[in-house]
Amino acid sequence: MADGSKTIWKRQIPLFLMIVPGCLYLIVNNYAPMFGVFIAFKNIDYAKGIFKSDWVGFSNFTYLFKTADAFVITRNTVLYNLAFIVIGTVTGIAVGIMLSELRGSVKLKFYQTVLLLPYLLSWVIVAYIGYAFMSSDIGLLNNAILPALGLKPISWYADYKVWPFILTAVNLWKGIGYSSVLYLSTIIGIDKNLYEAAQIDGASKWRQIKNITLPMLKPMVIMLVILNVGRIFNSDFGLFYQLPMNSGALYPTTQTIDTYVYRGLMQLNDVSMSAAAGLYQSVVGFVMVIAANAFVRKVSSENVLF
Amino acid sequence: MIQSRSETIFQVAINICLSFMVLMVIIPIWLLIAGSFTDDSALISGGYGLFPKVFSLSAYEYLMFKSKDILNALGISFFITTTGTAASLIITPLLAYPLSRKDFTARNAVSFFVFFTMLFNGGIVPSYMMWTQFFKIKNTVWALMIPNLLMNGFSVIMMKNYFAQNIPAELIEAAKIDGGGEFYIFYKVVLPLSLPIMATIGLLTAIGFWNDWTNGLYYVNDSRFFSLQNLLNRILTNVQFLASSTEISQRAVNMKLPSVSIRMAIAVVGVTPIMALYPFFQKYFVKGITIGAVKG
Repeated sequence: MADGSKTIWKRQIPLFLMIVPGCLYLIVNNYAPMFGVFIAFKNIDYAKGIFKSDWVGFSNFTYLFKTADAFVITRNTVLYNLAFIVIGTVTGIAVGIMLSELRGSVKLKFYQTVLLLPYLLSWVIVAYIGYAFMSSDIGLLNNAILPALGLKPISWYADYKVWPFILTAVNLWKGIGYSSVLYLSTIIGIDKNLYEAAQIDGASKWRQIKNITLPMLKPMVIMLVILNVGRIFNSDFGLFYQLPMNSGALYPTTQTIDTYVYRGLMQLNDVSMSAAAGLYQSVVGFVMVIAANAFVRKVSSENVLF
Repeated sequence: MIQSRSETIFQVAINICLSFMVLMVIIPIWLLIAGSFTDDSALISGGYGLFPKVFSLSAYEYLMFKSKDILNALGISFFITTTGTAASLIITPLLAYPLSRKDFTARNAVSFFVFFTMLFNGGIVPSYMMWTQFFKIKNTVWALMIPNLLMNGFSVIMMKNYFAQNIPAELIEAAKIDGGGEFYIFYKVVLPLSLPIMATIGLLTAIGFWNDWTNGLYYVNDSRFFSLQNLLNRILTNVQFLASSTEISQRAVNMKLPSVSIRMAIAVVGVTPIMALYPFFQKYFVKGITIGAVKG
C-alpha cells in the first residue's frame, strides 16, 4: 500500500511540475499582498522601511471613520452599484429578449457586434470621448446640442450634480452589450417546444415573453444580481477616475473607495490611511461575497457558486 | 407561414429600438474619429462636430513622421501585449490542466488555492509596496506586464472546466499506454483539442494588456516606458491641469501639449488594432462572455 501511493506520487511529479509557475505567480501576485494587510495597522515611514515602521493598532481606522470621507466613499460606492445593478439588469434583459426575437442571423450578428464595441474600449479612450462631448468650450454638448435645445452651457467638469447621471449612463453604454449577450445565451438555451406549444394555444408575443422567457431567465438573473451584490463594495476604478478626469470639484459624487485608496497612496502620500480604506473594502467585500453565496444556497442551491 | 400583422409590428419595433441603440454606440466613437480628421484650428474655433468642418490629415502626418514618443509607446504596447499574452497562455493551461485531471492528488487543494484569489485580495496598497519596495519594478517594462495581468483565477477555472468537459479521460489513458509522458500528452493531445478555449482566453488576455493603463499609472512615471494608454492618460491629465489652472505657469508652457486633433488621432490609433481585428475574433469574444457566465 505504502509502495503503491509512493508510485502514484512519483508518477504525478510531472503534473506537480506543471502547476509550479502558475502557483508561484499566484503566491507572489495574490497571496503575498494578503499578508501585507498589516500595513493598515502601521504608521508607514519610508525612512524606517515598511517592516520597521511603528505599530499603531486600529488608529488608522478610527481616524478614517472620523472623517467625512469614509461616509461619502461608502455611500457613493454602494449607491452607484445599486443603480448599476437595477438599470443594467433591466436593460440587459430587455435587449437580450429583443436580440433573441430578431428574424435573421445576419441582423443578430450586426447588432450584437456593434453593441459590444464599447466594452472593448479602454477607460482612457472613453475619457477622451467624454471630453469631446463635455469640454466646456469646444465640446459637442455645449457647442451644438445644448444651444440647439435652447439651453445654457454647463461647466461639466465643475458641476458635481450632473455626474450621477453621466456615470450611470456611461456605465450602461459600456456594459449593455456584455449583459445582453449573457442573457441572450440563456434565452437561446430555452426549449423551443415551449414557444411552439404557446403559439398553438394562441398566446401573443407579450404573453410568451411574460410567461416563458422571463420565468426561464429567473435563475440566471438571481445569480448575476447576487454576484453583483457580493461586489457592491468594489467600483470600476476606470469609470470613476478616468471619466471625471480626476477633477477635484467632482469628488462629492465621483469619489469611491477605489479612487480614494488611489489618491491616498499616489497623490496625498497618506499610505496608512489608504491601506486602512483598502483593507476595509477587502474585508467587507469578502463578507458580502460569502453572505451572497450563503443566500443563493438557501434560495436555489443548484446555482451556488462554491 | 404567413406573418401576422402584430408580428410584423413587433419586428419593426425591436429593429427601431436596436437601431437607436446602435446609433448611441456609434456616434460617440464616430465623434472621436471625426475629430482626428479635422483641421486643428477649425476644431478649436468651431468645436467638435460629427463631420469635419475642415478635413485634414495633418494629425496623422504628425504621428507618422514627427513624433518619436508615440511610436515608442506603440512599440511598448505591442511588446507587452504579445509577450504578456504568450506568457499567460503558457502558465494558465499548465496550471489548469492538472486541476482537470480526476486522478491528480492535489486537485482539490490547488483548486481552492486558485479559487480563493477570486474571493479575497489584499488591496492595492500592499501590492504596490511589494512590487516597488521588494521587487523594484518601478519604471521598467515588467511593471506594465506582470502585476495582475499575467494570469487570474477566473481564466484558470474557465480553462480547467473546458479540459474536464472536452478531453476524454480515455484518450489520456490511451496515450499513457502508448508510453507518452505527461508533458508530451499535454502538448500533443490536450492542447491541440483545446484551441477554442486558448483562443478565447488569449483574446481576453490580449485585450486586457492592450487596454491596461492602471499598472502604468501606479508603477511608471518615466515616459520612455509609457504604453500608448499611459501616454494618452498623461496627455489628458495635462489637459485637465491646464483647464483648472487660472494662470499659465511655466510648467504649463513646458508641457507642450499636442493639439486637439493630434490627441484624437492618438486615441484612434489606440483603438484601431482592436477594431481591425474585432470582426475576426468576435466569435471567440462572444463565446468568452457566455462561458464566463457559467459558474466556476
